[in-house]
Amino acid sequence: MAAIEIGNYGLDGSTAGAGPPLLFLHGGDYVAQNGRFLEILAGHWRVTAPRHPGFGHSARPDGFRTVHDLAYLYLDWLDRQPAGAVVVGSSFGGWVALEIAVRSVEKIAGLVLIDSLGVKFGGHEDRDIVDIYALPEDEVRQRTFYDPARRSPDYSALDDNELMAIACDRQATALYGWRPYMHDPGLRQWLHRVQVPALVLWGENDGIVTPEYGERLCAVLPNARFRRIARAGHYPQIEHPETAAEAIQDFAATEVRR
Amino acid sequence: MKVWHFSEMAYHPAWPHLEQSYRVIVPSRLFDPKIGADLYHRYLDEWALCDELGINIMTNEHHATATCADSVCTIPMAILARETKKVRLLALGMPIGNRNDPIRVAEEYSIIDVISRGRLEMGFVKGVPFEISPANTNPAELTERFWEAYELILKAMTSHDGPFNWEGRHFQYRSVNVWPRPYQQPHPPVWTPVGSTESATEAAARDMVIGVLNTGWVRTPAIFAAYRNKAREKGHEASPDRLAYMALIGIGESREEGYRRADQILGYSRTSGIVAPQFANPPGYVAPRAAAQMLKSGGAMAARATRVQTKDGHPINPRTMTVEEAIDAGLSFAGTPDDVFDQLKAFYDHVGGFGHLLMMAQGGTISHEDTVANLTLFSKEVLPRLADLGR
Repeated sequence: MAAIEIGNYGLDGSTAGAGPPLLFLHGGDYVAQNGRFLEILAGHWRVTAPRHPGFGHSARPDGFRTVHDLAYLYLDWLDRQPAGAVVVGSSFGGWVALEIAVRSVEKIAGLVLIDSLGVKFGGHEDRDIVDIYALPEDEVRQRTFYDPARRSPDYSALDDNELMAIACDRQATALYGWRPYMHDPGLRQWLHRVQVPALVLWGENDGIVTPEYGERLCAVLPNARFRRIARAGHYPQIEHPETAAEAIQDFAATEVRR
Repeated sequence: MKVWHFSEMAYHPAWPHLEQSYRVIVPSRLFDPKIGADLYHRYLDEWALCDELGINIMTNEHHATATCADSVCTIPMAILARETKKVRLLALGMPIGNRNDPIRVAEEYSIIDVISRGRLEMGFVKGVPFEISPANTNPAELTERFWEAYELILKAMTSHDGPFNWEGRHFQYRSVNVWPRPYQQPHPPVWTPVGSTESATEAAARDMVIGVLNTGWVRTPAIFAAYRNKAREKGHEASPDRLAYMALIGIGESREEGYRRADQILGYSRTSGIVAPQFANPPGYVAPRAAAQMLKSGGAMAARATRVQTKDGHPINPRTMTVEEAIDAGLSFAGTPDDVFDQLKAFYDHVGGFGHLLMMAQGGTISHEDTVANLTLFSKEVLPRLADLGR
């Protein structure tokens, strides 16, 4: 039985806490490691954290092929909320959040982008987003985490169910993001439509998409501010869940419309 | 049994400069075009000789690699279509899940079939995982693309009444109209390389000829059995001409000479799998269940390292494999003509028979003179003894 129902679609995931609605859109890997962050958020919010279709144990309907399909699915979810929700997207999930927001911000109270992918700024020989599929595994880990030794899972200790979920996460990330690599060439020209307060949160040591990329993203959004998290890589909410959650609380308290 | 000579047209002069990866990231400054030209001509000469020796011809392709400088399998085939007159021409083959334009594949194959007056056998391959990066195709969609391209190509080669429409998931054309149409009707025989029981079953469902490469003594019987079972399920016995096995052949007047040639050809097996690990299993290339098992057991390279096995199931390190080990593994048949025949016959009986031997008579660093001697001796001493096998 699916944990989260959106119309005809059922997704694996979690719903926890009480308060205004918050939708968390996870990244391409290390999905289970968001647990502590979500737990803290659930102290203030009604947190809905689905596993995207094709990821983890969420089935992917045959017609779901692009990030646009994910955006429309979550727009369906937003439509069903009584009030505007805060949408928090990490990495690949940040890309999904941007695709949602350029379509409609009607039910978005605030947008939080954590080390988001999805937009291309440089020329055709520039690589804005590091190609994780072309680098040695160790280097990808170094670039992903400030403290990789503490954050790397021991895969040999995981059970088959968890390993299967991770394998599906990686396959689905490739399916949605392989080419063009982790971005939508058409997205940038519509970012002016994101007429909603936005917090662009970035791990200071992110080696996948640099803080400079985050600042550029922040600059092209109509109503965004940028905040770095120290001693954190591509997933600051995994390495410093309290700091990341506090930043979202501050943002919500001062800028999010009610 | 039909015998085919296969070479990867290796650019081996680069090998001494390589360590961690022979593929994908190898800079082309290591390819000297003057030496490369000599090598291409030399490999083509060896294939042309096959026309006189009664040995059929097989090409393949790989990309961005010093292990195989044949990056377009139809180019040497196009040359050989004119240069040879008798033997059949197998391209095994075209990576149609990775290529962007299936119609172009249908055109290339059709022209070669017509120029060769109906001697083409056309292979469709999914491609090894390290082909994904050079092509930049989505690994999670590769299988789907492969089968859509396969259906489109066959329809394009067999439709002769003007344009038809194809609006598929991966390929869209509103006016498919391939010229020329192939010489063989309805189309040239179709082959695919297979490395698992699952892919053998898929191929059997479509009556494709399967080329089984590098699976050896231990893994081959189950693959052939899966093919035969599926054929039976469809209501017929698979004839031996549906099954092909590849082996490295080193033959000499003496056992020492045969082993020396096999040892040089084994340069292929020793280098073929050397690739930077991040390219060995792109996400989605294998099903999640297999990917999950690899995560647990230390990754794709660890899985690859145990694929070559002795007859009693002990892993052999492919990078240091000796001729004796390769013979034990069923990857190579080597020695005197009698040795080669006996090893081949034992393997043939072990796997329940097959109709094609894909003979790598050139590989690694073996010289032109040794390759010519290898092919000639095989043709003279072994080929006549295979006539009654696999019929």
